[in-house]
Amino acid sequence: MAEKVLMKGNEAIAEAAIRCGCRHYFGYPITPQTEIAAYMAKRMPKIGGTFLQAESEVAAINMVIGAASAGVRVMTSSSSPGISLKSEGLSYMAGCDLPALVVNVQRGGPGLGGIQPSQSDYFQATRGGGHGDYHMIVLAPASVQEMASLTAKAFDLADKYRMTAMILADGTMGQMMEPVELAEGEVRPIEKPWAASGTQMTRPHNIINSLSLVPEELEKLNFARYEKYQTVIDNETLYEEYMMDDADICVVAFGIAARVSKNAVIAAREAGIRAGMIRPITLWPFPAAPVRAAAAHCRAFLSVELNMGQMIEDVRLASECARPAYLCNRVGGMIPSPELVLAKIKEIYGGVK
Amino acid sequence: MVVFDKPHALTDVPLHYCPGCTHGIIHRLVAEAIDELGIEGRTVGIASVGCSVMTYNYFNCDMIQAAHGRAPAVATGCKRARPENIVFTYQGDGDLAAIGTAETVHAAARGENITVIFVNNAIYGMTGGQMAPTSLPGQVTQTSPYGRDVKTVGYPVKVCEMLKELDGATYLERVAVNNVRNVRNAKKAIKKAFENQVKGLGFSLIEVISTCPTNWGMTPEKALKWAEENMIPYYPLGVYKDKTKEAEA
Amino acid sequence: MTTKLTFRTDSCKGCGLCVAACPKHLLVVARDKINKKGHHPVEMTDQSQCIACAFCATMCPDCIITVEKD
Repeated sequence: MAEKVLMKGNEAIAEAAIRCGCRHYFGYPITPQTEIAAYMAKRMPKIGGTFLQAESEVAAINMVIGAASAGVRVMTSSSSPGISLKSEGLSYMAGCDLPALVVNVQRGGPGLGGIQPSQSDYFQATRGGGHGDYHMIVLAPASVQEMASLTAKAFDLADKYRMTAMILADGTMGQMMEPVELAEGEVRPIEKPWAASGTQMTRPHNIINSLSLVPEELEKLNFARYEKYQTVIDNETLYEEYMMDDADICVVAFGIAARVSKNAVIAAREAGIRAGMIRPITLWPFPAAPVRAAAAHCRAFLSVELNMGQMIEDVRLASECARPAYLCNRVGGMIPSPELVLAKIKEIYGGVK
Repeated sequence: MVVFDKPHALTDVPLHYCPGCTHGIIHRLVAEAIDELGIEGRTVGIASVGCSVMTYNYFNCDMIQAAHGRAPAVATGCKRARPENIVFTYQGDGDLAAIGTAETVHAAARGENITVIFVNNAIYGMTGGQMAPTSLPGQVTQTSPYGRDVKTVGYPVKVCEMLKELDGATYLERVAVNNVRNVRNAKKAIKKAFENQVKGLGFSLIEVISTCPTNWGMTPEKALKWAEENMIPYYPLGVYKDKTKEAEA
Repeated sequence: MTTKLTFRTDSCKGCGLCVAACPKHLLVVARDKINKKGHHPVEMTDQSQCIACAFCATMCPDCIITVEKD
């Protein structure tokens, strides 16, 4: 029987990672995710794993590259400014088709910003962050339980598709405490014949590399990678729909914004407004299909985000601008209240013809 | 009886380096060490960025190509993941002593059980001959066209001297490949650096004074002479740190 | 003692380091020949004088020389 424990979001990620066979963590302290590093520092030595506090987030992501290239499950974690530092590494990982988990517990930005929660790295996560054509699988937990279960999912998807998976959490998810059901410890190592694990003199050497100087070859690599991405889009898109069957106004929100918006949707229904919510769980691939379907019967979309309007662009793209899309947002570490979202829903309901 | 042949750890891919570039000699010495220690099957090399970016094509062991300067961090991750493997980096002066300074210093400080091969030719070759952190005072390069002016851009970085202050570093030696005797000494040093890792003795770095005939603007033979007359006096050869006996105890 | 040097001529870049290293000055860059890559390759002038010291092979950056002796 699986145990249920009261855990902090950050620690739930760390424990879940260990339970799905991750034995290597490289990180650097930054608020509000340092608990992940601290937890790993305590746990990893006890189970023969690696915990290493690197000299920088740059060094940490490159250590991840080294371990991922060697064919083991490995992760790092940081928060917004630290993820910017990792951007070069993320591009290299995509170019080398390396699986790994990168956790971003977002804080207010840009620049040094603040230490309170935000969702302002949506573009950075879903549009790549680093240079070149690539994507990461981006997962957005909305509960401490999801911080744990999406961690396991992230590792599985990363290994299956040889991609980097990112958990895009916000500071509230990292810091809040909720009951979590953790998977029973079972290491599931998968074969990685492509890894730089040592030839043992039994095979030709493996090369983990993103350099390709012949344009025709580099083009082929890019097209092949995007064919792979299409498979991910077709098979791994995750989302949750709440009261969408007869919805008139469609709220789209992820993470903490979805928690808040759910309350607002319930309140709207009580006020006689048929509101509903689509909660993307994968931000990449973005759940375009349900958004497109919602455009058929909803009069408007309301994107609730802790940023200046980022996911709203994907809402517009997915619905092909068939309906107006409005933004309800707080930034800088402020969190929208259900009352704020409800007020916006009422405003849309009253104003849209 | 074969007295000298190409080592097994080198592939048959023709080297792209300029005629007379000493990278080829150094690659061979690394391959000879790998062959003689019988470790090719469990060796992983980390290629860096510079003229040697395509090192991954030249060694028969598994290879990882790292971003500019990051090879020691990549090596750290690779070694921690599979400590039984022998992990080496192969880096130029820009990679190791400019953009990669932090990764170099901290891998040494942590005493990572890896082998770092540092090719110092006082210039950035791949990008067309710009000033390196190890370019000599007065040296003319594309980005110091009037000669390196220490008043505005400071002095060269002496890597072995700098790293020897770190308690975590086990073995640091500077060698050269400008003549047969120095090549043979360089071979001994490189083999020792790999042997140290096999024995689990910690961080070893071998700095190899090398040439860049093309960007120095001279023939390969004259370049060896220039290295002897100008670089070796500034970067003296020798063992800068040897804590192997302590580490073995 | 008989000695034998084998040159993988098509990989030679005519850099001349072996020529300078040979203590008996037995090697020369053949200005009248061109290999597949367009370089003037190295040539042995008198194998009977070669003592298989392997200085040439030691300095060759492209590993084109195999040295044998009996």
